[in-house]
Amino acid sequence: MRVLNLTVNGDATEVAAPAHWTLLEVLRYRMGLTGSKQGCDKGDCGACTVLIDGEPQLSCLTVAALAEGHEITTIEGLLPAHLRAGGEGPDPVQEAFDRCGALQCGFCQPGMILSARALLSENPAPTRDEIKAALSGNLCRCTGYTQIYQAVELALAEATGAEPASPSWAPGENPWAKTPEGNARPAVGAAGLTEGTGVAPSGGDSRTNGKAH
Amino acid sequence: MRGNQGTLRRHETMAHIDHGRMVGTSPARTDGAQKVRGLCRYVDDLEFDGLWHGATVRSPHACARIVAIDAAAALADPDVVVLTARDLPGPNVLRLIADDWPVLADGRVNHFAEPVALVAAPTRERARAAVGRVEVRYEVERGIHDLDQALASPRILASCRIERGDLEAGFAAATHVVEGVYDTAHQEHVYIEPQGMVARPTAQGELEVIGSLQCPYYVQKALALLFDEPVRVRQAPTGGGFGGKEEFPDAIAAHAALLARRVGRPVKIVYDRHEDMQATPKRHPSRVRHRTGVDAAGKLCAMEIEVILDGGAYTTLSGVVLSRAVLHAGGAYACPNVRIEGRALATNTVPSGAFRGFGAPQTQFAVERQMDRIARLIGTDPLTLRERNAYRLGDVTPTGQVLEESVSALECLAAAQARTDFKRRWHEIEDARASGEGHALHGIGLALSWHGAGFTGEGEQRMRSPVRLALVAPDCVEVRVAACDFGQGTTIVLSQIVADALGLPTEMVRVVDPDTSKVPDSGPTVASRTVMVVGGILERAGRRLVRELGQGGAPPASPAEFVELARAYLTQHGELEVEERFEPAPGQTFDETTYTGTAYSAYGWGVHVAEVRVDADTLATRVERATLVFDVGKAIHPVLCAGQVEGGSLQAFGFGHLEDLRLSEGRPLQDSLSTYVIPTAVDAPDFDTILIENPTRSGPQGAKGVGELPMDGGGPALVAAIENATGIVATRAPATPEVLLEDLLAGRTLGPEAVAGALQAGEPLEGLR
Ligand code: FES
Ligand code: FES
Repeated sequence: MRVLNLTVNGDATEVAAPAHWTLLEVLRYRMGLTGSKQGCDKGDCGACTVLIDGEPQLSCLTVAALAEGHEITTIEGLLPAHLRAGGEGPDPVQEAFDRCGALQCGFCQPGMILSARALLSENPAPTRDEIKAALSGNLCRCTGYTQIYQAVELALAEATGAEPASPSWAPGENPWAKTPEGNARPAVGAAGLTEGTGVAPSGGDSRTNGKAH
Repeated sequence: MRGNQGTLRRHETMAHIDHGRMVGTSPARTDGAQKVRGLCRYVDDLEFDGLWHGATVRSPHACARIVAIDAAAALADPDVVVLTARDLPGPNVLRLIADDWPVLADGRVNHFAEPVALVAAPTRERARAAVGRVEVRYEVERGIHDLDQALASPRILASCRIERGDLEAGFAAATHVVEGVYDTAHQEHVYIEPQGMVARPTAQGELEVIGSLQCPYYVQKALALLFDEPVRVRQAPTGGGFGGKEEFPDAIAAHAALLARRVGRPVKIVYDRHEDMQATPKRHPSRVRHRTGVDAAGKLCAMEIEVILDGGAYTTLSGVVLSRAVLHAGGAYACPNVRIEGRALATNTVPSGAFRGFGAPQTQFAVERQMDRIARLIGTDPLTLRERNAYRLGDVTPTGQVLEESVSALECLAAAQARTDFKRRWHEIEDARASGEGHALHGIGLALSWHGAGFTGEGEQRMRSPVRLALVAPDCVEVRVAACDFGQGTTIVLSQIVADALGLPTEMVRVVDPDTSKVPDSGPTVASRTVMVVGGILERAGRRLVRELGQGGAPPASPAEFVELARAYLTQHGELEVEERFEPAPGQTFDETTYTGTAYSAYGWGVHVAEVRVDADTLATRVERATLVFDVGKAIHPVLCAGQVEGGSLQAFGFGHLEDLRLSEGRPLQDSLSTYVIPTAVDAPDFDTILIENPTRSGPQGAKGVGELPMDGGGPALVAAIENATGIVATRAPATPEVLLEDLLAGRTLGPEAVAGALQAGEPLEGLR
């Protein structure tokens, strides 16, 4: 056993754990912070990603003792950090992931969201290729990733006040467009995909969209 | 395109359906807020007082006799408990189709990593250490490790046959006869959360298991047989399934329960990734042989198809996987004379099991590659050939089923053509490659697929799944079904369906967590059946609940009226629960001995268009863009529906070129995520997804199952695109660089000039002459 002094999500804590334990083990099995997931046998999946001094790191490869003296942020700490920084409502990245279908089973999500968060803090206007590169260490088996990129882009659009791009399967109305009240809750426009009158509801879209026969 | 006809038909089909307001919108998923904040507790996140950990002693051999098991060294740790087959309280079988899958190996092992003994200890580390101290002596025997060996001395786990028309007459009338053999390999599910289960004796002495699973009642039945007592099964939030948590949880639940009963405390077993990849089921490898007769225009006259699946060491689900494989083997194409024969053979490998698509991706890989071959023979592009042969309304399938509604093959093809300009681009690349002008090794390919939703044949009729809706408070209706959400988002989707049937917002509908003590057995969460079948029964239950609430008077016309009536009802009578069961549509029968009749009440249709770039030096393929056109009947929740289509398609692309699981003497050579590679964010294309809504009478508001269809066409579309880019004719999935190089060196190409032309972009490959 060894007593560790860790600063996790802004709080300094003392925790006793076997000396060889990884940060992931200490977070999960000593501190009850089970948001960080174990998806592989070290280093391949990214589900255990946490931020150490703002940088995404694999906690399953980090010996806990080496994290002493550094600021550790886990998925549980994002919302409190957002609120502490004066933000209102949910953290925009978490919110965007939820709205865009960027999570299905959710097991990759904590790591994915932290990688996305780190990217946006470092690069305020990443391109889609930069988004892909930043998330390439986080495996997702459910989504096919496109909705994850869209979530990062939505968070980005909200930060800059731009209109987010509409996904291809919703030709009529952008499901992620801003609502007058900000972004209450996603209610994808009925115009986007109601059973057809046979034409794209907006009428202005000449692309074949599955409605335009 | 069908023009207005299609539109009109939609309205007629849909006329009987009331439209609510929730279906067709994308409300927040019920578990989303918890998940994005890291607060959702999966099985390994659950804590229990006095919890112990379980681990499994596994066979290092694929085929061997167990001579002796010596646990003395492990038992030197006084807390450690070891169990073997001798310690089972009931029959040593996990019951599925045949009773041949043991809980623990007894006397012999038939596959690598087969469980031989179980260990429990107070900590995970001590349990794992104890595993290494259980000594098992084996006498190794010669095994059967792959399909080639199995074909040489076949042991048949299951077989079936479909016959329609006059095959000989069909071939006699054909202008060309085309033959082809197509192989697909094992595919691993790689749900990101490994398998895990907790079992515990409750305060009342009852046995309870909680875990990562798709089918709570499967687990309950398996344990009831083993323990001869009722067992309560609950689903924990589940980190992906894809079929991988259909039948296997029976085994891990049995293991955890055996240990929990022995030590009298909660026991958790969570696999690490190695163990999960070595020991759990995979997609059935396949070999499919086609002999096809076509006329001069490429119309199908005769199809003779032989399907062989590698079932692995035990039958588990091979019979039903084979059935679905065979029923989809002819592809989405009309042909008057067909014979399809299928066999699943035993090998000394991990039992092959359920995996999204359930046999259909394997046989549709074959038929789609065969269609590409036919297109070349008659000199047309792949899309035109498919247009000529694709099912139309009124066509008859090999089982004699008349397709009476919701047939969208042509519509999907037309939408794909309009979106991608497929024909022109395909020809341009072909011309450039054939003329040897060189090309940047870009290629485009496509596949058309179909997928029957719900159980095969009369499966749903036999089960007559019950669902329940209960009015528990004036503003809350509870949905009680065993359907599990393991990512698909069925919880919110089912509440949308029920909400519309009740005329309420989704906030007033609550889907209870799957728990065999609280929900009826509405069937397993498999076979693209949840939305269409379970959702359909729920829709009926909703209408009935509203009627009963009206107590003979007018049903509530608004949520406010509903609440008012509900309050009155609750005060008068207490909770109102209604139960409905599956009712088959009239005239839908299927004969399992002759394989004739309605195989599925509805089919989804889809087109994948893959655009690839192949590296001339390494032959590594990258999918750069993918267009997905899918008829889903009705997109109940468009965001989640697109998520199913895109996520399934990426798994299909992985199956097509990347995911390479090889075995040596039955032992997987790839058992980690660094050696078994699934698509990452940089491997994934940008998806351009188009959803078509051609409703079925069989699903709620016209919806058809969508979970599996996207898995069917991605592989062949991608391999077709590689062929377009390089001239290499691949017949195997995954078409890894090694496979492509073998094909190239063996001359399985469209001709040396074509290949050389394509490869000019890079240095010519050694050996390419
Ligand atoms: S658990 Fe750390 S990378 Fe997979
Ligand atoms: S949402 Fe399941 S792994 Fe990403």
